[in-house]
Amino acid sequence: MEPKTMFEKIWKDHVVRAMPNEATVLYIDTHLIHEVTTPQAFEGLRLAGRAVRHPEFTFATMDHNVPTTDRSLPIKDQIAVKQMETLAKNCEEFDITLYDIDSPEQGIVHVIGPELGITQPGKTICCGDSHTSTHGALGAFALGIGTSEVEHVLATQCLLYDKPETFEIRVDGKLPSGVTAKDIILSIIRRIGTDGGTGTVIEYTGSTISGLSIEERMTVCNMSIEAGARAGLIAPDDETYEYLANRQFSPQGQDFDKAVEIWRELPTDEGAAYDKSLHIDAQSLAPQVTWGTNPAMGADVTDVIPNPEEITTDDAKRATEGALAYMGLTPGTKITDVDIDKVFIGSCTNSRISDLRAAADIAKGRKVAETVNALVVPGSASVKRQAEAEGLDEIFRAAGFEWREAGCSMCLGMNPDILMPQQRCASTSNRNFEGRQGKGGRTHLVSPQMAAAAAIAGHFVDVREWESN
Amino acid sequence: MEAFKKHTGIAAPLNRINVDTDQIIPKQFLKGIERTGFENYLFYDWRFLDSGAPDPEFVLNAPRYQSASILVAGANFGCGSSREHAPWALQQYGFKAIVASSFADIFRGNSFKNGLLPVTLPADIVADIIAQIEAQEGYALTIDLESQTVTRPNGTLHAFDIGEFQKQCLLNGLDEIGWTLQFEADISAYESRRGI
Repeated sequence: MEPKTMFEKIWKDHVVRAMPNEATVLYIDTHLIHEVTTPQAFEGLRLAGRAVRHPEFTFATMDHNVPTTDRSLPIKDQIAVKQMETLAKNCEEFDITLYDIDSPEQGIVHVIGPELGITQPGKTICCGDSHTSTHGALGAFALGIGTSEVEHVLATQCLLYDKPETFEIRVDGKLPSGVTAKDIILSIIRRIGTDGGTGTVIEYTGSTISGLSIEERMTVCNMSIEAGARAGLIAPDDETYEYLANRQFSPQGQDFDKAVEIWRELPTDEGAAYDKSLHIDAQSLAPQVTWGTNPAMGADVTDVIPNPEEITTDDAKRATEGALAYMGLTPGTKITDVDIDKVFIGSCTNSRISDLRAAADIAKGRKVAETVNALVVPGSASVKRQAEAEGLDEIFRAAGFEWREAGCSMCLGMNPDILMPQQRCASTSNRNFEGRQGKGGRTHLVSPQMAAAAAIAGHFVDVREWESN
Repeated sequence: MEAFKKHTGIAAPLNRINVDTDQIIPKQFLKGIERTGFENYLFYDWRFLDSGAPDPEFVLNAPRYQSASILVAGANFGCGSSREHAPWALQQYGFKAIVASSFADIFRGNSFKNGLLPVTLPADIVADIIAQIEAQEGYALTIDLESQTVTRPNGTLHAFDIGEFQKQCLLNGLDEIGWTLQFEADISAYESRRGI
């Protein structure tokens, strides 16, 4: 048999119909939905008199809009309330499981999917959110889709899709101390650009990747979309199976053992060919800080702000000039001399328990700078409970961080957690686009450790120096 | 879905690369439950000053582009979030097609689903068209989906690629859900093979 990539195996297992000059009808095993990108999809079903084909394969939560402050208080944003109520009504009408704002399982859709064991190797997963690529960390082919496609999946449990190409990004070697999964993916995006993965599914391979924990793998796969890729994938292994064992929706008992046998067949066969490849040496990587207005505009923490005059292509030069003007940065400034006003630790990229532990390790026994306001927003109610059981909330509070309820929060600022114009934020989220965290706000993407250290110093610091102290 | 066959219209230049969906439609306008009403929020942070008045510096606010129906932009247009509000806003504002040297995948797919045609042309041609638009008021392009061509006012033709299925969907304004549901027997057979 011809050797196959993991992606090709998953694809082949899910083709319902493939004909020349037609989009492939691809079966979707699991559909995750949230309040923002679904109301119009349900309305479309109602207008056409269509049903949800498999409500039992669809899971809903509220994450984008939800306030992260005291949930016993009424929500002030009435438009957001209406969107949440609409999701609740739609889930009731179409018989879909909903983890609403008061549910003990509530959280960011890409945090709760794996946490509940809904995300499993070999599955096809869709969600009306671009960061659905996160679920590839467990070996699922997971796609961000638009609202029309949400409606399509609800009605048919299928998606019309053109087969993407495969892109292997191999990362080998021991990760230097202080360098995290976030730094791996930011370095990759910096190297290949925000469109370097367009039209492809990236499979991350190599000893560095297989040495990452499942949560770290989620951070890497999460930002595949920031490189323009349709999805990110990492081969499942013993670490994956251990992670999935005994989770609520994982197969149980003998069924789990049978599932593992099938999952073991998924990894890419020896000798299988990818359409594109890139190799990265982990030892060359340093903690990353973005300085611009897209995730590829980044630098090592030891670098200086780049000079647009040194850029040769017109488009890129203009984009860099525009980014530096928006960010209020001067070429040649050392990154570690850039002062910050805000810190956001959270988002589907970095809000899991290991992220919070890493940030708390830095925060422990230290104080947030007086000029800085810092937020920690757990990715799910379950992460929050775990962190509190470990006393992480106390460490954060004692250091002067605010400790919040779970949600997307300041990653995109759809709820009240936003930056004011020109406020500068060290953020563990995934996008530093203009206005992303609030109109005029200035976002620098970093790892949880780097964010916590910046909160304490009041400016960016090389966290490697702190760890060696 | 709205069909797209052939369109001639004023072209507006947006001479930037990596225009992301947060710029096309900022997040504060995603809280509605309707599919309409997004035209006033298109490029909101670029289009309007803090006072709410139109920013005279922003290209789409120039009088000569008020009736523009084709947007010509740099590479990787529509990167970022999967929000379909982005093509909705562009279409409701009056754009029928976007010409760029490349598009982000999710945005491109979302555009097709709404009858907003994403046309990919080589970067040097896009740059040249943008220069011509800026030089000549009233510059109009004709986009013909059937023949897969973009025609400049001087008659120069540029061919573009599009998948056959997407082309037929657009030409016929096809309801994709209806299309898939005609294969109900295939879906059911697949499900029974899998024991679903």
